[in-house]
Amino acid sequence: MKAADNTWPWKVLLAVILIGVAAGTWGAVKKIDYQWRWNRVPQYFAYVNEDARKVPFDAEVVVVTDKGEQTVVTVAGAGSDKKEFTVDTASLKVKKGDELFAGDTIGFVTQWNLGPLTLGLWTTLWLSAVSSFFGLILGLITGLARISKNFTARWLALLYVECIRGTPLLVQIFIAYFFLGTVFNLSRNVCGVGALALFCGAYVAEIVRAGIQSISKGQTEAARSLGMTAVQTMWDIVLPQAFKRILPPLSGQFISLIKDSSLVSVIAITDLTKSGREIITSTFATFEVWLLVAAMYLLVTSLLSQLVFYMERRLAVSD
Amino acid sequence: MIKAVNVVKIFSGKAGVVRAVDGVSTEVARGEVVVIIGPSGSGKSTFLRCINGLESFTEGHIIIDGVDLADKKTNINKVRAEVGMVFQQFNLFPHMTVLENLTLAQRRVRRRSKAQADEKARMLLRKVGIAEKADEFPSRLSGGQQQRVAIARALAMDPKVMLFDEPTSALDPEMVGEVLDVMKQLAREGMTMMVVTHEMGFAREVADRVIFMDEGKVVEVGTPEHFFTSPREERAKLFLKQVL
Ligand SMILES: Nc1ncnc2c1ncn2[C@@H]1O[C@H](COP(=O)(O)OP(=O)(O)OP(=O)(O)O)[C@@H](O)[C@H]1O
Ligand SMILES: [Mg+2]
Repeated sequence: MKAADNTWPWKVLLAVILIGVAAGTWGAVKKIDYQWRWNRVPQYFAYVNEDARKVPFDAEVVVVTDKGEQTVVTVAGAGSDKKEFTVDTASLKVKKGDELFAGDTIGFVTQWNLGPLTLGLWTTLWLSAVSSFFGLILGLITGLARISKNFTARWLALLYVECIRGTPLLVQIFIAYFFLGTVFNLSRNVCGVGALALFCGAYVAEIVRAGIQSISKGQTEAARSLGMTAVQTMWDIVLPQAFKRILPPLSGQFISLIKDSSLVSVIAITDLTKSGREIITSTFATFEVWLLVAAMYLLVTSLLSQLVFYMERRLAVSD
Repeated sequence: MIKAVNVVKIFSGKAGVVRAVDGVSTEVARGEVVVIIGPSGSGKSTFLRCINGLESFTEGHIIIDGVDLADKKTNINKVRAEVGMVFQQFNLFPHMTVLENLTLAQRRVRRRSKAQADEKARMLLRKVGIAEKADEFPSRLSGGQQQRVAIARALAMDPKVMLFDEPTSALDPEMVGEVLDVMKQLAREGMTMMVVTHEMGFAREVADRVIFMDEGKVVEVGTPEHFFTSPREERAKLFLKQVL
């Protein structure tokens, strides 16, 4: 019998459990008589906006030029006032020779606009990316300081790491915004990125330190015995090997950061979470929006996981 | 070439104070091959590591080509570039190909161009008999091949001296010969060498001088004939009885 034959009962069991959970949830929601409105959701990603074009003064339509989808209308006022409008041909409300009063509508221009969920996702992404970048640099420096021979550097790094790891991120964000932000007159984005980067840096520092210490002393000795300086040895020999080892925990840290970035919504940065809350206050589509927001976080983090997985395989060529 | 004067190395750890090297004085002339032997823990490795500054010594002087390592103004990186070292555990850089292992320090320390470094590296790989492995990663090589790469890597810096710390001790028996052959060839070409080894056959065949160490001290020095046939010291006799 093949080994694969043994797995199918477990696959069935998995399916049964998943379906059971889904059905249970479904039933519970049915009971409270919730009105699902998934059809309202797409407009929060992007929506069409119809913008009216109006004449600002009394005028006569002098030229109407049809350009297919769009039509250009030229109007002339009492003096030498002349103005051109471009509107969608389908929505054109005037023809050549019409007399118009100030405020009359010539036509409409339709435009695609990004909805709050898309904008919120974008904010979450750049916020996480910028904080990760600074967090990585800060963590690298702090990690190196943690193992340096210099007493001051070692202790500064230790204090920083302990302070950050010993306090909640939410409190750090409040301190960054209400205390530091007020004292140094910083914008909320700077405070948000700063708090996240400081937070991330402390954890990255510990990962970097452990990674460097996991590289055998023989590597350093071999490099130094060839006449390479301590800096060259660190850069060419130790860090590349350490990086390969810390890639999994490091990526876990960045994935955490994406999720933790939702906390900056408390200082009124309109990230994905805050956008979700704002939509709910106007639509009451609570269930749909939170499920959707969760799915969007999940999508971003799993894409990142896949990317890291791919990088790991690329780096494994020397094994 | 190398002159050690009364070198003392003291380790003070939790277990107490260890005088790993205890007043060693010796001189190695250009082109000389010196083999250091002695029981485990006698300070052979520590002494060798002091010579290229991997270990800082507590007292005494080590003068290499007129440069005193005890002098605070000495640039240890300059000295190390002239002193090649081969380790028991090979210590190849696992994230680089064999060729990159050989060219990195040439480029970083000797400031050679990529073409120059590559040419030198390929020449040395041919010399140690593994030219075809240039683009492999070290993990694909056998122990004997790795150690030959390590020797080539040290040679790529054109060192004036080569130090070997038990280069064959981590190898399977059938691979010891290929590494020793490379070392013998180096000795014939006139390289100045200090070798810590348990390979008595190598010592007998290649050494100009044998130094026997015990408990951090030089107990007996002599030519291989003298040392292996009629050692004076009791401890040396006892040691030879155990290893031969
Ligand atoms: N980093 C260290 N810290 C403390 N003690 C050390 C250290 N390195 C070596 N020693 C001690 O110094 C002494 C000499 O060690 P060394 O490695 O030089 O001996 P060896 O002759 O090379 O032995 P082996 O043949 O086993 O390699 C030993 O007692 C050892 O325990
Ligand atoms: Mg040793």
